[in-house]
Amino acid sequence: MSPASATSPNGVQAGPKHHLLSVLVENKAGVLARVASLFARRGYNIYSLAVAPTDDERLSRITIVADADSAPLEQVVKQLHKLINVIKISELDPTDSVEQELMLCTVGADVGARTQIIELCGIYGARIVDVGHTDLTISLADVPSRLDDFEDLLVPFGIAMVQRTGRVALPKLDRSS
Amino acid sequence: MNGGEALIKALELEGVEVIFGLPGGCILPVYDPIIDSPIRHILVRHEQGAGHMAEGYAHATGRPGVAMVTSGPAATNIVTPLCDAFMDSIPMIVITGQVPVAAIGTDAFQECDTIGITRSVTKHNELVISAQDIPLAVRQAFLLATTGRPGPVLLDIPKDIVDPQNPNSVMEWYWPTDAEVAASLPGYKPTTKGHPRKIKDAAELITEAERPVLYVGGGILKARAAEALLELAELTNIPVVTTLMARGAFPDDHELCLGMPGMHGNYTAVTAMQESDLLVALGSRFDDRVTGRVPAFAPHAKIIHVDIDPAELGKVRRPDVPIVGDARLVIEELVRTLKASGAPDNQADRTAWRSTLSGWQEKYPLSYVQSEPGELLKPQFVLEQLRDLSPENTIVASGVGQHQMWTAQYWKFRHPYTWINSGGLGTMGFSVPAAIGAKVGMPDRMVWAVDGDGCFQMTAQEMVTAATERIPVKIAILNNAYLGMVRQWQEMFYEERYSEVYLSPDLPDYVKWAEAMGCAAFRVESPEEVAPTIEKANAINDRPVVVEFRTDASEKVFPMVPPGQSNSDIVVGPGEEDVVQ
Repeated sequence: MSPASATSPNGVQAGPKHHLLSVLVENKAGVLARVASLFARRGYNIYSLAVAPTDDERLSRITIVADADSAPLEQVVKQLHKLINVIKISELDPTDSVEQELMLCTVGADVGARTQIIELCGIYGARIVDVGHTDLTISLADVPSRLDDFEDLLVPFGIAMVQRTGRVALPKLDRSS
Repeated sequence: MNGGEALIKALELEGVEVIFGLPGGCILPVYDPIIDSPIRHILVRHEQGAGHMAEGYAHATGRPGVAMVTSGPAATNIVTPLCDAFMDSIPMIVITGQVPVAAIGTDAFQECDTIGITRSVTKHNELVISAQDIPLAVRQAFLLATTGRPGPVLLDIPKDIVDPQNPNSVMEWYWPTDAEVAASLPGYKPTTKGHPRKIKDAAELITEAERPVLYVGGGILKARAAEALLELAELTNIPVVTTLMARGAFPDDHELCLGMPGMHGNYTAVTAMQESDLLVALGSRFDDRVTGRVPAFAPHAKIIHVDIDPAELGKVRRPDVPIVGDARLVIEELVRTLKASGAPDNQADRTAWRSTLSGWQEKYPLSYVQSEPGELLKPQFVLEQLRDLSPENTIVASGVGQHQMWTAQYWKFRHPYTWINSGGLGTMGFSVPAAIGAKVGMPDRMVWAVDGDGCFQMTAQEMVTAATERIPVKIAILNNAYLGMVRQWQEMFYEERYSEVYLSPDLPDYVKWAEAMGCAAFRVESPEEVAPTIEKANAINDRPVVVEFRTDASEKVFPMVPPGQSNSDIVVGPGEEDVVQ
């Protein structure tokens, strides 16, 4: 299943209108607001967003998953290019890029459930990062659709809190030659 | 050196000769070094005036206009001019005071989030948080405002970094080189040179076109491309329409000039675009007021679209040949390419097209019915007289509404940079301050503002500025006692149900008001008084003049493409309906 067509547990469709943008910007105050307001002004929702500095600390990379049809998105991308602090924009094709997302999830884990949860963690390669008397906090980094699956499987145990980072992505490496 | 001195010195080094502004708490420290600076400061009566004056100055001179105001309410008052300049791509620098860095975000007195408020109405804005950054920030601002697609840039300056009493204002003077400024803006690289293959494609389309039109926008003026445009038009023998923002970019008395297209364009300009097989859009943006209903716009035309802003290409209509670049450079290259391919001899036969167009021009000229004795003045008549009695290179500014459209229609523009108006935003009250700014920039030229009574009441207090600063602008108020354009729409589209559009002809008394503001003032009520009064006004050069013309409120702007309709449904003026319908 391609990540772009996954269904998240809260029922929000990550449908074909989703576009993945990787935006290289100057690492300065206010830049994120400039980028976000271009989407907001046109009424486009940002589905997920991840920002962090790159190896060059003067620059940050923003990964945006946005809901928009292709034609209006083209206009947003052109408008993004006009922002003085935006250096480069690539629209990533989900089938031709590597995506990862990190999730932290606190789930109810009484004595009866604990073993089952630990087993699930083993299957998905998740790590238990905090342990309470009746809860566990689990961390999983993987492609967004695996996070969706894992989250689904945890629902019956009672999810107390979930925090996902939003996806980050880079283009797949060219191995043709 | 302190930050305030550095700011003024930086403006001096950028070649600024005049600042339009009004001081206040947070910007106070910057006003002290102004006393010792050769830069002229013009003290406005409202910060909106400062912004529009800077715009008018930029329109007339091509140099960036500079406005300086304080924080909070002053900053919010200048939002309208910022948006206006953004919509019409006017190079402008606005400097706003801000509360000290440490107080930002505390709801301090006269604090507002100027950067947040103006983000979407500026090409760029920057909160400068260190005095040491001031020279670079100023250089960046001027580069951004004047290159690529021009636009307004705002610098928000906290008080502590410019206040000599505050240690935060200490800085070591430097002046960044061009290379350093460019390196400080890694994301800013406007494309100025058109792609050679696209230019070749464009030349081929032009050569083959039988019914082409050059659709010329304000970008031609921003790119100083009027001469190049003339060469292109004459080389190819292609007729030219000049949009509201481009009036003057091509001489109205040239045989290839069709005049203004759009909602209130003339029949020939509008219909030529509708019937064309090729539109060469040069620095124009397919504005809704030009296209009418987009799917019905110029249905048979291929499109060549030249613009320095890539976001304009395909925004409204997908071009067959998109060219990103500076209009002047692209046109010059296009002319070279056309000549190399054999132009003018190789061009398609356009005699049939030209004769169709001149047939329309003859059949559907702009027209109005002159008033009978005892009736109020026809606004078009006033404009014809004003046009014919003023020097050829007169700069004319207008507000927004009927008077704006009549001026754009009836004035004969023969030179670029003689027409100043608020096209994109449609800002009522624009003309008085814009005319003042234009006169400051071009003191040897006559400057007339054609205004409406509604518009005049929005920014009239700047006539005090004009009188005090001895800026002898001339204002023609077409007083029809109504918000005329709104009245026209209510008459035509709301079954003559007039809602909140009546203003009264004599409240205020415009003559007394103008005199109280230090202006010479006249009232004109009959056709025979029009010419003598204009001559009297034109002879006054020691103070501003206001002439109030009492005009007929029932007069409407025609032709008109009704809103939301196709340009093919153009409605022409009285006396001609039968012909066109």
